[in-house]
Amino acid sequence: MHRRSGSEILLNIYLWVFLFYLFLPLIVMGAATFNSSRFPTVTPWLGTTLKWFGELAADDRMWDGLISSLGVGIAVVVISVPVGLGAALLLTGLKGKSRTFVYGVMVSPLLTPGVIIGISTLVFWDRLGVGPGLHLATLGQCSFIIAYVMLMVLARLQRFDATLEEAGLDLGASHAQVFRRVLLPYLKPSLIAAAVLAFFQSFENYNTTLFTRGLDTTLTVYIASKVRTGLTPAVNALALILISITILGAIGYEILRRREQARDLAAKRRAAETERRETQLA
Amino acid sequence: MKDLVKRYGLMLTSYMVVASLVWIVLLVILPYFMMVNYSFRPNLVAADIGGPLDHYTIDNYITLFQNQVHFHVFLNTIWGGALVTFICLCVCYPIAYHLAKVATPQRAAFLLLLLVIPFWINEILRTFAWFIILAYQGPLNAFLKFFHIIDKPIRYLSGNGAVMVGMVYAFILFMVFPIYNAMESLDKNQVEAARDLGAPTWRIHWRVVIPHAKPGIAVGCIMTFMLAVSSYAVPSILGSTNSRWFTEIIYQWFFEGQNWPQGSAYAFILLLLCIIFILVMMRVFKVGLTDIAK
Amino acid sequence: MARSPFGFPLQLSGCNSYQGADYRIAMSQDIQLDRVTMRFGDFVAVKDVSLTIHAGEFFSFLGPSGCGKTTILRMVSGFNEPSEGVIRIGGQDMAGIGPNKRPTALIFQNLALFPLMTVWENIAFGLEVRGVPKAKRRKRAEELLDLIALSGAAEKRVSELSGGQRQRVAIARALAVEPKVMLLDEPLSALDLKLRQHMRAELRAIQRRTGVTFIYITHDQGEALTMSDRVAVMSQGVIQQISKSAEIYNDPATPFVATFVGENNVFRGQVKAVDGDWATIETGHGQLRGRNRNGVKVGETALLFARPERLNLVNGDAGAEMNRLDLTLGHVDFEGSFANLFLRSGDSQAGEQAGRGVIMQMSNDGGLPRLVPGEKLPVGFAAEDAVILADGPLAAH
Repeated sequence: MHRRSGSEILLNIYLWVFLFYLFLPLIVMGAATFNSSRFPTVTPWLGTTLKWFGELAADDRMWDGLISSLGVGIAVVVISVPVGLGAALLLTGLKGKSRTFVYGVMVSPLLTPGVIIGISTLVFWDRLGVGPGLHLATLGQCSFIIAYVMLMVLARLQRFDATLEEAGLDLGASHAQVFRRVLLPYLKPSLIAAAVLAFFQSFENYNTTLFTRGLDTTLTVYIASKVRTGLTPAVNALALILISITILGAIGYEILRRREQARDLAAKRRAAETERRETQLA
Repeated sequence: MKDLVKRYGLMLTSYMVVASLVWIVLLVILPYFMMVNYSFRPNLVAADIGGPLDHYTIDNYITLFQNQVHFHVFLNTIWGGALVTFICLCVCYPIAYHLAKVATPQRAAFLLLLLVIPFWINEILRTFAWFIILAYQGPLNAFLKFFHIIDKPIRYLSGNGAVMVGMVYAFILFMVFPIYNAMESLDKNQVEAARDLGAPTWRIHWRVVIPHAKPGIAVGCIMTFMLAVSSYAVPSILGSTNSRWFTEIIYQWFFEGQNWPQGSAYAFILLLLCIIFILVMMRVFKVGLTDIAK
Repeated sequence: MARSPFGFPLQLSGCNSYQGADYRIAMSQDIQLDRVTMRFGDFVAVKDVSLTIHAGEFFSFLGPSGCGKTTILRMVSGFNEPSEGVIRIGGQDMAGIGPNKRPTALIFQNLALFPLMTVWENIAFGLEVRGVPKAKRRKRAEELLDLIALSGAAEKRVSELSGGQRQRVAIARALAVEPKVMLLDEPLSALDLKLRQHMRAELRAIQRRTGVTFIYITHDQGEALTMSDRVAVMSQGVIQQISKSAEIYNDPATPFVATFVGENNVFRGQVKAVDGDWATIETGHGQLRGRNRNGVKVGETALLFARPERLNLVNGDAGAEMNRLDLTLGHVDFEGSFANLFLRSGDSQAGEQAGRGVIMQMSNDGGLPRLVPGEKLPVGFAAEDAVILADGPLAAH
């Protein structure tokens, strides 16, 4: 155990202050859900209540927004995962300057402000006679979410051992069989992660949706409009639910990750054990 | 391309090419192109589009420089975005350093998990949280009054201050993660070696850690600046009439003024601003595009 | 029946594809390379190679890394098309036939086992893609697991296996598709020395039992010489020699082979006389006589090679057929069963002519004399133990 230096202690304090800064607003927002004050706040505390959950549940526009968000989110996942996969695979086949160029174009939507993606999508499809709405919000979101998917798949693809594909072909598999039985199972974790990320990105997207939604409303747009007009702690109730889902998701992810890690470690240990016994025999 | 066919077969290769083309051409390049094209045209009714009145013009760009209010908002947005970026960088640097190089791996994994949670929560909700805190009758004023730091509540939600606070909070994690990623690959021994050679802490950072973390710092700054100047949610929730943001004007052109060419021109200016900022960052930190787009 | 430590039978009972009806069928599966050249841009990886590998043979390509042997393997398996020339398997031109349509199975250097499949799924993969029903696949996989003495491992993951076990699973996976030709790309290089030697015996045994043609790529001469029926030595894309193991060692065709395979003493000189199968060259050590393997002519520059273990200490006058060198002992490396004597010539110039000193190997059979560095030693070797070849590049050591 090494002695902690003064600067390390300071850095630690700073870190906890930072975490406090990150979480306090969320805690305040969540706590305000249970205050019976009509305006969401924790001061003054006018009595503890659960009525805002009821009000939230009774709000049809919230349900409409939720259904829209789920629909758009699913559509975005369905489009962006296969396309992002295709784009990542394409990049593996390019080299040198052409790869740099295509890569640059593919990641450019990530370096473009969301409002501009929304605006460009709106004007382009309007010219083609396609009016705004959830479908356009889906297309607008896809244009940059595909880039996220592409990057995630590419990251895993770069660690892929291409001789596995050759081994598959050599054993008589067709290209499609190799893809389905060898490459796709290998990419599965990244595809699942990308699908989750794509859904979340879509679900909470505001900037792009704002310009492409037309008269439709997603949950995020609904929250924003509620905050500006007609704010009640029902919004806090919704926030609290979304935060809880996020925290549960993070915990679940961590548990899965640790289990996976433990399993890999155990396999390695067993292999090393066998190895040792064999060398002794030999 | 031949390699791809050999590796994946003709069907899969065709799929990759078609899918990528549809995405890049239909969802990225053509919309950009159309927006830019729009921005150089007058605002016409549908019947006149393609008619004799439909010609290229730079009027839409001149508007920004003629309209004092808009131009002021534009400058205010740049200044605000830069300030948010700078504050985030200063606040995040020690955090990223702690996560990457000081904390043990298990602890770092746990802390990262903690950080990811607010990262995943909607920007609107994070802004809303500050809306509650900064409200006139909200907990911050109540807190300050309770400890007699102030006598009467302060009106935070009028002016740039609240917008800055909200943006720093909303985008700060976009600064932490890139810097953390870049620092993680730094060999701890380099720091130890520098310390061993008698370098003071600030010099170790200046000469060893920062040069290594440069790509991460550049990415963090680019992301934060881009998100800040193009944010619509934060200024619209935490701002007031005297703290308008450039995106709000763009929105007005589109949905209140119904002047899409004008709005497109402003949007393109915003995009140019982001591109210029990216180029400046690349120059300042001497990093390439491939380093950034990780 | 002798068993390896893994329980795998090394000697197999009465099953030999060289006998009986199988022979003719096997015969038709010769692998033929006809003037095959492979270029990558300006680089010529394989240059005008022609050879025939007989069905049922254990054939090795031996050469340093970058000599083109892996390229040959990849051309036979179908991952690369030759720039020029034809590859035939069983008389059929393989041009345009993909790796998944060829009767070959490749064992990759890194084995390339599918990490996400269980052991039995790995082995049955080739059957799966051929549409063999699951129960049948499983049964075949179990049989092959028996063959490689891994019966209990069907449901294990690849990551749970040791290096040697993975090796055997890779072989079983390749055997499952009943290939006519097995191609092995330095498959033992990842194993430690002892395991490697056991695997040599196992590979040889599997080859004998199955009768499948094995084409084996290696840079390890020990592997090539012990396992193979015939060895092709390659250097810089060119086949140097194709012979049985003993011939490669005893009767090298080129200076490269002479120096790449085993240790060799080299003497450079001018050809003075040629008589029949013999030649004499003038070197710094005087005139030396050896077999004129490739027909050097008088006046040419030539190299004479003599193996260290063929050198002897001579007492008094040697016979007329004996080459004689007067050398000084530099130092002795005692290796246990034998000792290496490092010698230099008295005038120190002769040895440097060929760039190397002279090494003599004496077996430790009780007759090792007491030797003192600096001592003058008369060394001799018989003319039939020396090969004279036209001057050419030597292997880098």
